[in-house]
Amino acid sequence: MSDWLSARTLAVIVLLAALVLLPVYVEFTGNRFLLTLFTRIIILALAAVSLNLILGFGGMMSFGHAVYLGIGGYSVGMLAHEGIYSGFVQWPVALAMSALFALVIGALSLRTRGVYFIMITLAFAQMAYYVVAGLARYGGDDGLTIYKRSQFFEPINLSNKTQFYYICLALLYASIYLVWRIVNSRFGMVIQGSRSNETRMRAIGFPTFRYKLTCFVIAGILCGLSGALLANHTDFVSPAMMYWTRSGDLIIMVVLGGMGSVIGPVFGAIMLLVLEETLSGITEYWQIILGPLLLLVVLFARGGIDGLLGKVRHA
Amino acid sequence: MTLFIEQCLNGLQFGLLLFMLAAGLTLVFGIMDLVNLAHGSLYMIGAYFAATFSAWTGSFLLGVAMALAGTLVVGMAMEVIVMRRLYGRDHLDHVLATFGLILFFDETVRLIWGPAGLSLPLPSWLNAPVQILPGIYYSAYKLSIIIVSLAVAVGLYLLVMRTRIGMLIRAGASNREMVGALGVNIKLLYTLVFGLGAALAGLAGLMQAPILTVQIGMGEIIIILAFVITVIGGIGSIRGAFVAAIFVGVIDTLGRAFFPDLLRMVLSPAAASTAAPALSSMLIYLLMAIVLVLKPEGLFSAGNK
Repeated sequence: MSDWLSARTLAVIVLLAALVLLPVYVEFTGNRFLLTLFTRIIILALAAVSLNLILGFGGMMSFGHAVYLGIGGYSVGMLAHEGIYSGFVQWPVALAMSALFALVIGALSLRTRGVYFIMITLAFAQMAYYVVAGLARYGGDDGLTIYKRSQFFEPINLSNKTQFYYICLALLYASIYLVWRIVNSRFGMVIQGSRSNETRMRAIGFPTFRYKLTCFVIAGILCGLSGALLANHTDFVSPAMMYWTRSGDLIIMVVLGGMGSVIGPVFGAIMLLVLEETLSGITEYWQIILGPLLLLVVLFARGGIDGLLGKVRHA
Repeated sequence: MTLFIEQCLNGLQFGLLLFMLAAGLTLVFGIMDLVNLAHGSLYMIGAYFAATFSAWTGSFLLGVAMALAGTLVVGMAMEVIVMRRLYGRDHLDHVLATFGLILFFDETVRLIWGPAGLSLPLPSWLNAPVQILPGIYYSAYKLSIIIVSLAVAVGLYLLVMRTRIGMLIRAGASNREMVGALGVNIKLLYTLVFGLGAALAGLAGLMQAPILTVQIGMGEIIIILAFVITVIGGIGSIRGAFVAAIFVGVIDTLGRAFFPDLLRMVLSPAAASTAAPALSSMLIYLLMAIVLVLKPEGLFSAGNK
């Protein structure tokens, strides 16, 4: 391993360190907006990392992943609405509900494959969207404002922006580590094996359905965590959190960053959201640029950012 | 009873409309193996074209004809510029690329027509109720939608099953290399099929335009339903799309109309009125889940894909 300090490794180290040091930079420049933007990026990166586990490694093309953002978010929002503010209740409920939904959705969807799988996950997400939009008690279409963020014990205060940023960052790094461990475990090998050739995996004797379902549930739980964070970040939840275009955004992050690389989705999330922020500063019609840009990435830069960095190493 | 018949006709009309969208989707998927999320954008473009051209020419029919031609051209251009490069790629690529196209089309429409919606006024001869059964009146326009859609469905069936082009389309669906090897210009065939699908979507959009407002994002809402239909019917099967579209249209419309009342019999009025809207919009997704659990390939699977 003479070239362990490749362009890719270097980029990853720089990225991870830069995210840790960002609040310090914000402290010096006083640019509070940057902190808010990057908190959001980190939260959505966590969702993208979870999607990457099933999409990039498992080959399960879920087009309804944002549903867990909504479930995690609404768990926090509904409990807060009912006067339960303790994070020790809210967060476990958010994770458990996400797990439950992922279990049901996965158990039904994983019976299908290919385009059918894309469509059925999409349909389940839309179903959840309409259910939530119909809940008049919790704001329905208009969404639900959260007046108090999740409460934990004394020194932890989610309303402190810097502290909240570091909590999100720590959870993101922990999730990346978790996904990395999963991918490199025996379990992860089975998952990746069934992406390449499921029939063969079954022939060797692996019950691939159970493996894939477990993986699907883990990804759902991680995304539910991201939803709980997002609800705390925006102090607001609405059905739009799980609209299908949000699921599309998550897929874009994963593909932009490079599928099947543990850290890729973080690059992707930063790139998409910073791009959105920059373009919307230039013109009101920024999507007219983003759309074709996306198209070009699909047509010509299939490996995403991670793929480009990988090429630099070989050059 | 009158209400029930009227709602059944509404369901049929909605189902036929959905069929036009789903037919294009399933045709493109069956033949080119292409997932096109931007199909809803063509539906939107059809509606915008119709509203604009009828306002220009002052004639509803002329505007509609021009809009149809316009959507056909947009669809064929889309195929030549973008879609052609996506054949044979991963489905994920299709999803992403066409997602990008949706953003592009939505924003272009906003740039040209502005964020406010348009409306397409009906000519007076279509804007009156007609008596369909003794004592039962129904909107002449909705009735004409039913007639036109049925004619299109029959025409599509004849085109695919009885003409040379249709034969090539079916041959291309089962083995594209072989059709190409036999000297058929497969590229042109694909462009035509895609254009046909686009025109069908445009037709659905422009027919729906006088009933709803013409607005940005109108395609995104309905395209999900069209996908549900193609999945229920079996991807690639036009017959399946037809059956599933009628099913979904009728169930959705009747569900919205009568489900709240049914629920009120079981639940307390307060609980029923909160649960009903959510549950009735869930119905078709529930239907899809049930179909996929029982028959993971849809009702009328087009065979090995």
